[in-house]
Amino acid sequence: MSKTVGVLALQGAYQKHVESLEKLGVACRLIRKAGELENCAALILPGGESTTISLLLQENGLYQPIKFFAQNHPVMGVCAGMIMMASEVDDKRVTPLALLPFKAQRNFYGRQVHSFTDDIKLTFDSKPFNAPFIRAPGIKNPSAEIKVLATHKEETVMIGCGKHVALSFHPELTDDTRIHEYWLSRSNNF
Amino acid sequence: MTDNSSKKTNSNNDDFKVKVGLAEMLKGGAIMDVTNAEQAKIAEDAGACAVMALERIPSDIRRDGGVARMSDPDMIQQIKDTVSIPVMAKCRIGHFAEAQIIQALEVDFIDESEVLTPADDVNHIYKHDYKVPFVCGATNLGEALRRIGEGAAMIRTKGEAGSGNIIEAVRHMRALQSEMARLTTLGQEQLMAVAKDMGAPYDLVCYVAEHGELPVPNFSAGGIATPADAALVRQLGAQAVFVGSGIFKSDDPAARAVAIVKATTHFDDPAVLLEVSRGLQPGMKGLEMSEIPEEERLAGRGW
Repeated sequence: MSKTVGVLALQGAYQKHVESLEKLGVACRLIRKAGELENCAALILPGGESTTISLLLQENGLYQPIKFFAQNHPVMGVCAGMIMMASEVDDKRVTPLALLPFKAQRNFYGRQVHSFTDDIKLTFDSKPFNAPFIRAPGIKNPSAEIKVLATHKEETVMIGCGKHVALSFHPELTDDTRIHEYWLSRSNNF
Repeated sequence: MTDNSSKKTNSNNDDFKVKVGLAEMLKGGAIMDVTNAEQAKIAEDAGACAVMALERIPSDIRRDGGVARMSDPDMIQQIKDTVSIPVMAKCRIGHFAEAQIIQALEVDFIDESEVLTPADDVNHIYKHDYKVPFVCGATNLGEALRRIGEGAAMIRTKGEAGSGNIIEAVRHMRALQSEMARLTTLGQEQLMAVAKDMGAPYDLVCYVAEHGELPVPNFSAGGIATPADAALVRQLGAQAVFVGSGIFKSDDPAARAVAIVKATTHFDDPAVLLEVSRGLQPGMKGLEMSEIPEEERLAGRGW
């Protein structure tokens, strides 16, 4: 694949996404300024602290450029990145990009002592995915056009709509690249 | 549960992965020492990725003397109730009862810290026993690997806390980086001798020789007082920074906190570093290392 995937690198686990993409032979570029989005074919919003990432998006003039970029390019948001993709967040400290119509609930699973790893069910692959959840957010009130892509017990943990995908767990912390592969193959169809 | 119960092997791999996972989420960020809810709010609003709750910042501990212990749980609770970012708290080296209390309080990270007065001059805490991840200080690679062997999910340089002087953090980061680089040049047959000399677990020595880095995130602490200090340690290989006395001992904590957050993100972009370095009030005064008597240096605590 010749296209370059941007990875937002303001704060958080961006380097782990670079490693996942490199395993798949996908070129990537760290994004800290709006101009760096140029020539990127897709964008990953990584996990980290959503209050920090939200503030730095504004301070670095990336908020509007990413919204504009997302109109025509696929975006994958993970954990804090998923919160940034929501249309609504249960916390005024975060100003989301509103790329997907759902509500994000911060720290839905509680503090770090309640973080865990467990198998989740994917709708696009019969084999389960062993997923780390780190102070993970919840996906609430998805609108009708949103497709559920993965569940853990009763909870929705991954959704997709059009080009975009959002998930509350961390595939980049595992050696399993199926989530990244799914998003990249899905984005080829748009 | 005590640290002295029957010998255990390392904690379950998934548990450790989840602990290191939170450390991964803090990368590229600034973790700030705060002593009350108001400071915690300032830190969060400035973009801190976590706060360290403690009663006295290191420069005041240094000034006041006496025994420095775990902070009052009520004070830590107030800070937890005020901010949504992860909250860390310190326990004394080897004081596993303090660690148990902090874990029961559901703090997100425990710092087994040389800034407090050590409780055990031989043993550090067996950290695999806990669900809450630990960060520990190190001055060189052997020390870092011993702490990881005990279960630390993050390593930070010790630096010299409360000094406002970056020289010790630089010394420790350079020692760590050059020792790791050296290991990658050695043959497999040399690694057991290295493990013996360093007093470090053999399997972790082999990991570093193969990968050229620690198996857990590697941050910097101790003496960071300016945006330029944050950028310096980041360029030397620190994946995030702890800022202790540097913010709330300066004349303009809120502005300095924002500047340090930005400098941590844009650590290799001098144009941004220049911009965020402008217009700040004077930083904390700081101490020359020669002003700190050998027996008062915090980095020498632990082994």
